[in-house]
Amino acid sequence: MKSQSNKLFEPALVQSALKQSFIKLNPKVMMRNPVMFTVEIGTAIMLYVTIYSLTHTGQGTFVYNFFIFLILLLTLLFANFAEAIAEARGKAQADSLRKTREDTPANVIDSDGNITIVSSNQLKKGDMFVCEAGETIPTDGEIVEGLATIDESAITGESAPVIRESGGDKSSVTGGTKVLSDRIKVMVTTQPGESFLDKMIALVEGASRQKTPNEVALTILLASFTIVFIIVCVTLKPFADYAHTPITVAALISLFVCLIPTTIGGLLSAIGIAGMDRALRANVITKSGKAVETAGDIDVLLLDKTGTITIGNRKATQFWPAPGVSPEDLVKACVLASLSDETPEGKSIIELAQHGNNRISLQAPQGSLAIKFTAETRSSGIDTPDGMRIRKGAYDSMRKLALNAGHTMQAAVKERVEAISSNGGTPLVVTQNEEILGTVELQDIIKPGIAERFERLRKMGVKTVMVTGDNPLTAKFIAEKAGVDDFIAEAKPEDKMNYIKQEQASGKLVAMMGDGTNDAPALAQADVGVAMNSGTQAAKEAGNMVDLDNDPTKLIEIVEIGKQLLITRGTLTTFSIANDVAKYFAIVPALFIASIPALQSMNIMRLHSPESAILSAVIFNAIIIPMLIPLALKGVEYKPIGATALLRRNLLLYGVGGVVAPFIGIKLIDLVVGLMV
Amino acid sequence: MNTELLGIIASFAITLIIAIPLGKYLAKMFAGEHVWTDFMKPLERGIFKLAGINPKEPMNWKQFLKAMMVINILWLAYGFFVLIYQDKLPLNPDGNPGMTADLAFNTIISFVVNCNLQHYSGESGLTYLTQHFIVMFLQFTSAATGIAAAVALFKAFRDKTTTDLGNFWDFFVKSITRLLLPLSIVIALILTFNGTPSSYAGKDQFISMQGDIVNVSRGPAAQMIAIKHLGTNGGGWFGANSAHPLENPNYLTNMVEIVSQMIVPMAMILAFGIFIRRKKLGLVIFGVMTVGMFMLMIPTITSELGGNPAIAKMGITQATGAMEGKEVRFGPTATAYWSTLTTIVSTGSVNGMHDSTMPLTGLWQLLGMMINGFFGGCGVGILNYFIYLIIAVFISGLMVGRTPEFLGHKVEAREVKIAAIITLLSPLLIMAGTAIASYVFMAHGNADWAVKPANWLNNPGYHGFSEMLYEMTSANANNGSGFEGLGDNNIFWNVSTGIILILGRFLPIFGPIAIAGLLAQKKYVPESAGTLRVDTVTFGLMTFAIILVLNALSYFPALVLGPIAEYFSMIK
Repeated sequence: MKSQSNKLFEPALVQSALKQSFIKLNPKVMMRNPVMFTVEIGTAIMLYVTIYSLTHTGQGTFVYNFFIFLILLLTLLFANFAEAIAEARGKAQADSLRKTREDTPANVIDSDGNITIVSSNQLKKGDMFVCEAGETIPTDGEIVEGLATIDESAITGESAPVIRESGGDKSSVTGGTKVLSDRIKVMVTTQPGESFLDKMIALVEGASRQKTPNEVALTILLASFTIVFIIVCVTLKPFADYAHTPITVAALISLFVCLIPTTIGGLLSAIGIAGMDRALRANVITKSGKAVETAGDIDVLLLDKTGTITIGNRKATQFWPAPGVSPEDLVKACVLASLSDETPEGKSIIELAQHGNNRISLQAPQGSLAIKFTAETRSSGIDTPDGMRIRKGAYDSMRKLALNAGHTMQAAVKERVEAISSNGGTPLVVTQNEEILGTVELQDIIKPGIAERFERLRKMGVKTVMVTGDNPLTAKFIAEKAGVDDFIAEAKPEDKMNYIKQEQASGKLVAMMGDGTNDAPALAQADVGVAMNSGTQAAKEAGNMVDLDNDPTKLIEIVEIGKQLLITRGTLTTFSIANDVAKYFAIVPALFIASIPALQSMNIMRLHSPESAILSAVIFNAIIIPMLIPLALKGVEYKPIGATALLRRNLLLYGVGGVVAPFIGIKLIDLVVGLMV
Repeated sequence: MNTELLGIIASFAITLIIAIPLGKYLAKMFAGEHVWTDFMKPLERGIFKLAGINPKEPMNWKQFLKAMMVINILWLAYGFFVLIYQDKLPLNPDGNPGMTADLAFNTIISFVVNCNLQHYSGESGLTYLTQHFIVMFLQFTSAATGIAAAVALFKAFRDKTTTDLGNFWDFFVKSITRLLLPLSIVIALILTFNGTPSSYAGKDQFISMQGDIVNVSRGPAAQMIAIKHLGTNGGGWFGANSAHPLENPNYLTNMVEIVSQMIVPMAMILAFGIFIRRKKLGLVIFGVMTVGMFMLMIPTITSELGGNPAIAKMGITQATGAMEGKEVRFGPTATAYWSTLTTIVSTGSVNGMHDSTMPLTGLWQLLGMMINGFFGGCGVGILNYFIYLIIAVFISGLMVGRTPEFLGHKVEAREVKIAAIITLLSPLLIMAGTAIASYVFMAHGNADWAVKPANWLNNPGYHGFSEMLYEMTSANANNGSGFEGLGDNNIFWNVSTGIILILGRFLPIFGPIAIAGLLAQKKYVPESAGTLRVDTVTFGLMTFAIILVLNALSYFPALVLGPIAEYFSMIK
C-alpha cells in the first residue's frame, strides 16, 4: 500500500494547493517568510497605486499599473502554491499511512481480565488490549504477552508476515497492522495524537513546522539581502530627483521585487517540506526536520553486519571430506545431523546437499534421536537406531571428542579448518562415531551491490563501520570483502556506544541503526539514530528516525536525502541572486532612459520600451517560481564527486546559468510583451 | 617597452619582493617565535611595565574588543580637544587657528579610524604639534589597531578549538615596535634625502620669476609621509597630498611611497596563511585579491592613457593620455597605478587629482573602495575579506550538501547573522549618506551653512553626483581620498562623514572578530572527502563571484547615475 506515486502534480493535490495559495495570503502567515512578506507589502502598495491611477495622472496608466499589480499577486500565489503543493504531497503521503489507523475497536483488558470494547482513539498510554488472529491492531504498542504472526504490509508494503513476540527485540507492534495468527496482549505506548506518525504529519504541515537551524541561517542571509535592496530602492528616489528623473511607484516596486531573492524565498519552505516528504516516501519517519539535515553531514556510519552487509546468517558453501572419506558419506552424515536443526546454518547445509544431489534422502531413520545444541558440548547431531552417532560442531569441541575416543587428528583436517577461518568462513567439523569425517564450510554471503554502495559513501566522505559479534579475523575478512572502512569485532552493546563517543569527541557526526533495547543508549548518543519499526519501543524512543521497512541499508538513502536538501537550497539561492544581474540590465536603463538618453547603450538586451522592459522583468521573476517547483520538490541531484568538483559543477549550472538564463528569458518575454504595449 | 609601464611593473615587483619575506616575518613574530627584532624586547617590556599591562594575559573575543575600544575612545577624546585648542598650544610657528567643533569632530574620528579624510589643509589647518602628536601619532596607532585585530583573527584559526584570541596590547605594541616604527624610519630617511622637508622651521619664502613673494609651508613632513603610506593612512602633510612637490619630490619617492602603502596589506595576507599553518589558503586569498586588483587597475590605466574624449573632439591630440590633474613628473600610468592601489588598500593618499580622472576611472576607484577587501587597509583588509569568505562558505557549503564549515568550524545562524549585518552596513552607510546629501542639495540648497548646499559641487550633473558618492564611499571604506571639488568643510559633511567613518571602522572590526571568536570556540570537525576545502581555486572563484555580485547588486543604480551616465554622455 505504499503510495509511491511519482507524479508531481496530482489533480486532487493541485486543487487543494490552489485553494491554500489564496489562504496563505493572510499576512500573519506570510510574516513567517520575510522575503515574500515584503513582496506582499509591495503588492498592497501597487493595489493602492492602481486605484489611484484611475483618477490621477503621474503614476502611469491604470492598465500598466494593474498589470504590475497582477503579476506581483501572481508571484505571491506561485510562492504559496509551491509551499502548498509540497505540504499537500507530504500530507497525502502521511494520510495514506494514517488511513491504516482509522478508528478500530480495541479490546481493552483491565487488571481483573475483564474485556471492554473501546474506540482506538480513546486508548491512553499504559492501557492494555488483546488482539487475536484476524483483528487489526488499534494503536502502537509493545507486546507484553504472547507471540503472533503479523501482516505489516499496510505500513511497509512487504507482504511476507513477520513474527512479533513479547520480550526480546521484536516486541513492538504498529497500529493498523493485522494479526494473522495467535493472540497477543499489548500495552499502549503512546498518548493519542503523539505517535511518530502524528509527529511526522505535523512536520509537513505548515503551522507547527519548525525551521531547521540551517534554514534559519539562510533566512537571515536572505533577509539581509532584502534589506540591501530596500536601501537600494529607497535611496533611488533622491538619486533620481537629483538627476531630474521622475520615477513611478510601479517602477520602484518592480525593481525591488525583481531584486530581492523571491525565487529562493518563495521556494524555501517547499524545499524543506519536500525533503521530509522524500524521507517519508522512503518509508522513514523522522522526528524532526533537523535530523534529515544532520543526516547529510554524517561522517561515520555504524552498520550491523548481519542483515545489512551480509544476507541474514551464514550459509554452507562447501563440504570438505577428510582424507579417506568419500564425499557421499560426508554429505549423507551432514544431512542426517542437520535434519532436525532448525537454525539457518542447519537448513543451509541441507540446501547445499540438495543442490549437489537431488535424490538425497531427507528422512531420518525411524526412532532416531535428535541431539540439541548445548553450550556445553558446542555441537548438535543425531543418534540413529542402528547405533550411529553423528555430531557437527566447532573444531575445538569436535577435536576433543575425537581425541578422547582415541582417534587421531588428521593434519589435513586441521589445515582445512585454518584455511576456512582465514578466509572469513566458519568451519563445522562433522564426526561419525567420534571419527572425523570432514568439514563443512559456512560463509557469510555479502549482499550483492553492497560494495558499490560503500564505495559511493566513501566518495561522499562517509566512513563505514561494520559491527559484528564475529572474531576479529572473520570480521576483518568480511570488512575487506564488503569494502567497509573499519569494523568492531566481538562487539558488545557498550562497544558501539564507546565507538560513537570516541568519534564524536574528534568532532565527527555519527549515524547508526538499531533495533534492540540494548541499542537504545547508542541510538540516543548517535547524531542520527534510526530505529527499526520492528524494534523495541525503547529503541524507537531513543532514535530520531524510525524506518518502517526495517531495512538496515536505509541509512544510505537518508544521507543522500539530507545532502539533497541542502544542495537544493544552496543552488536555488545562487540561481536567485545570479538572476539579479540581468534584471538590473533590464530595469535600470528603463528607469532613466527618458531623462538620460545616453543610457540606451546599457540596454544591452535591446528591450522594446521602458514599460515592456519592466513588465518583462517582473513576469520573468514571477514565472521562474512555478518553473522551479518540480526541481524544489524532487531536489537537486547529489553526485558523490568530491566537494570541490560538486561546487564547480553547481556553480557553473546554477551560478553561470543563473546569470545567463534571465537575459534570454526576459528578452523572449519582451518580444511578446513589446507587441502588446 | 614604454618606460612608464616599466615603472609600474618594477614597482609591483619590488612590492612583492618586500612583501613575501615580510609576511613570513610577521607570521613568526606574532606567533611569538624567535625573530631578529627581539632586541626590541626591553623597550616593549618597559612600555608594558609602565602601563601596568600583562601582555601574556589571554583574551577572549569580547575582552579583546573591549581593550581595543577603551584605548580608541581615549584617543578620540584627547584629540578632539587638542585640535580645538591647537592655536593656544606650542609648536605653531605659522600661527594657524584652532579647529571648529564640527571639523575637529570629523578630523579626530578620521585619524583614529585610519581613514584620514581631510576636510582641512595641513599647511593652514594644523600646527606642528597637532601634525605630530595627533596626526602622526594616530597614523601609527590606528594602523597598529587594525593589525592587532587581524592577528586576533589569525589566532582564532591557528589552533583547533580555543577561546584565546591573544592579547590586544601585545599585538598592538609589537605592530609598532617591530613593524611600523623601523620601516617608517627607513622610508622617512629615503624621503628626506630626496628633498622632503623634515625640519621644525616655519614657512620659507622665495621670489618667483614674476617677482612675487611666495610663502612655502614646510615642517617635519618626511616622518609623517612615511607612516602615512606604511600604515595605509593617507592623510597628507600638505593639502595637495602626494601630488605636492615637497611631499613627493620625484619618481623615486613616488615608487617608495607606492611600494610602502602596499607591503603591509600584502604581507598580512601571506602571514595569515603561514600563521594558521595553511599556506595554500593564504595564497588563494592573495591570488583572488591580486586578480581583483588587476581587474580594476588595467581598465583604469587604459582609460587614462586613452585621453579625454571631450578634448579629442576639439581636435587636440593627447599623446601622453589624460593629463588634467596629473603631475608631469609621474605621468598618467603611474598616477593610474597609484589611484587603483590607494583606493583598494584604503590609503587614500593621492599623487594626482581623482576628480579629474576619466569617468570610468572614477567608477573603478569607487568600486575599489566599495569592495574594500582587495588587500585593503592595514589589518582590516583581511577582516573585510573574511566577511565575504563567510558568505561564500555558507552558500557553497549548501551547494555541496553539507552544513557549511570554515576550517573545521561549523558556520551557523549566529555567525551568518553577524556577517549579514556587516554585509548590509556598507550599502546602508554609503547609499543612505549619498541619498541624504542629494536630498539636502536639491531640497535645501539655500540653507545658511558655511558652504551653501547648492554650492557644494564644483561640477553639476553626473560628476557632481559622483563627488558626493565618492565622499561617502571614501568615508565608509576609511579610505580618505576625495573627489576634491566637493565643498566638504561644513557641518553637514563634517558630521555625516564623521558618523559614517566611525561606524564604517569599528563595526567591520567587531563583526569578523566576533565571528572568529565564536567559530574558534566550536568543536573542531576534521576534514573528510565531503568537506568543502577553502584553499582551492574553485572556492577562490566562488569568493570572487560573491564579492563582485554583492557589490554590483548593492551599488549598480548609484554607479549608473554617477560615473556610468557621465561616461556614456561623454562618448555620445
